[in-house]
Amino acid sequence: MHLTLFLAFGAVAVAGAINLLAQTHPINSALSLIAVMAALAGEYLLLGAEFVAAVQVIVYAGAIMVLFVFVIMLLNAGVEEHTKGSRVAILLGVPGMLLGSILVAWVVLRHSGTGSVAIGALPGDPRTIGQLLFHDFLLPFEITSVLILIAIMGAVVLASKPQAVQKGRDH
Amino acid sequence: MPLDTLTFVIVSVIKSAITLLILLTAVAYTVWLERKVVGHMQNRWGPTRVGPFGLLQPAADGIKFLLKEDLTPPHVYKPLFIAAPMMAVIFALTSISVIPIGNSFWIGNHPIPLQITDVNIGLLLILGVTSMGVYGVALAGWSSNNKYSLLGGLRASAQMVSYEISLGLSLVGVLIMAGSFSLREIVDSQAGHFWGFIPRWNIFHGQIIGFFCYLMAAYAETNRIPFDLPEAETELVAGYHTEYSAMKFAMFFMAEYANMITVACLATLLFLGGWHGPIFGPRLMQVLLPIFWFVAKVFVFLFIYIWVRGTLPRFRYDQLMAFGWKFLLPLSLANLIATAIAVAW
Repeated sequence: MHLTLFLAFGAVAVAGAINLLAQTHPINSALSLIAVMAALAGEYLLLGAEFVAAVQVIVYAGAIMVLFVFVIMLLNAGVEEHTKGSRVAILLGVPGMLLGSILVAWVVLRHSGTGSVAIGALPGDPRTIGQLLFHDFLLPFEITSVLILIAIMGAVVLASKPQAVQKGRDH
Repeated sequence: MPLDTLTFVIVSVIKSAITLLILLTAVAYTVWLERKVVGHMQNRWGPTRVGPFGLLQPAADGIKFLLKEDLTPPHVYKPLFIAAPMMAVIFALTSISVIPIGNSFWIGNHPIPLQITDVNIGLLLILGVTSMGVYGVALAGWSSNNKYSLLGGLRASAQMVSYEISLGLSLVGVLIMAGSFSLREIVDSQAGHFWGFIPRWNIFHGQIIGFFCYLMAAYAETNRIPFDLPEAETELVAGYHTEYSAMKFAMFFMAEYANMITVACLATLLFLGGWHGPIFGPRLMQVLLPIFWFVAKVFVFLFIYIWVRGTLPRFRYDQLMAFGWKFLLPLSLANLIATAIAVAW
């Protein structure tokens, strides 16, 4: 049952990702991306990480993608043109992608002998995550927060009118 | 003793069907209640013609919605125009699935909890599903190919993303006190009394500010007055559902009222002690009273919703955003920190 569901969610995620590329209208692509996110949340749930699954839906599908859709709606972006793709992309991209997939598959297969874990055996409950985030990995967590803060400040500076920036420089 | 798969499926299907039936009836009669209460507040009678006290008005409305012409205007983006109301109503109805309305009752040796499913991340699931609900409104506004609809959809998405932060933060205080995401455990943590008579509900247990933040954010999330900017009639005709008619319009309506009921249930469970209340009398009453208390609290919350609608004017859009970001967000953060310090003490 678990395996069937896992494969089904995986298939939805892959189909959504392919649809994202195939669609010409930006809003359809954005909606496909939401389907991918939701399917990933299902995968996390099956792996026993309920908290991560919920956060995936709340943050990615529910907030970040809303902003994507918001921007597409504001810009009223038209239908994209499909090009045949450049020759470089075909000559380098396809072999490169194949090589990458083979490499990943090889590494995964090589290390799969290290034993398997039963579903739900890995800690994914909020208490454990809290312990990990605010105790064991406090420093990386705080550094990430500072990074995000810098990004927010950058966005505010970019969004403020050029005049205001000029004034700020003069003082 | 765990139930086998077949029993589990049958019980789940029956419970889902009953829950849906109750929820949709509740939606219909919340509309009736709103028309009646607002009518009396404005010195009118509200619906009176269909049935005693207009009680059959929801049925008449339903038949009318089904029989009206379902008009699709030209130049709309059809796939999303059709899908948007469905999304709105699906997400609104899904979130009720984890809401418990009372203790378990027993059939033979099997405990049957009075909710569709008791998941250990119940609260997060509701937050996740309601955060997806914004797509119905936003996409309806965009796909209608109408300026007013688009403005309504944009307002809705900006407003809901902004207030979701305060909504989430206002709930964290309760979570810290209960130490669980399961709605059932959160309710159980509110059993008992202070000094023998004040119930140990979270609202009397230091979370009054959290409740205030939740109330404000919930009104904004459900697009209700005084925060109903996405459908402000005076500026935007009808906002995001301007171009919708017949059953598609009714779906948005159903979604809005189903969301109101979910929000009221959540407030009852998290702040007002859920189904806890005075229990007395014979055995049958002891079984039914918790459900009665739960429904009564939800009813009071819905009444306040309608009361506010009959009383307050609508905010301006910049006031709405300023209130959300500059007042509500700091307040809910302060509440969270204060609760954390008090619990750690």
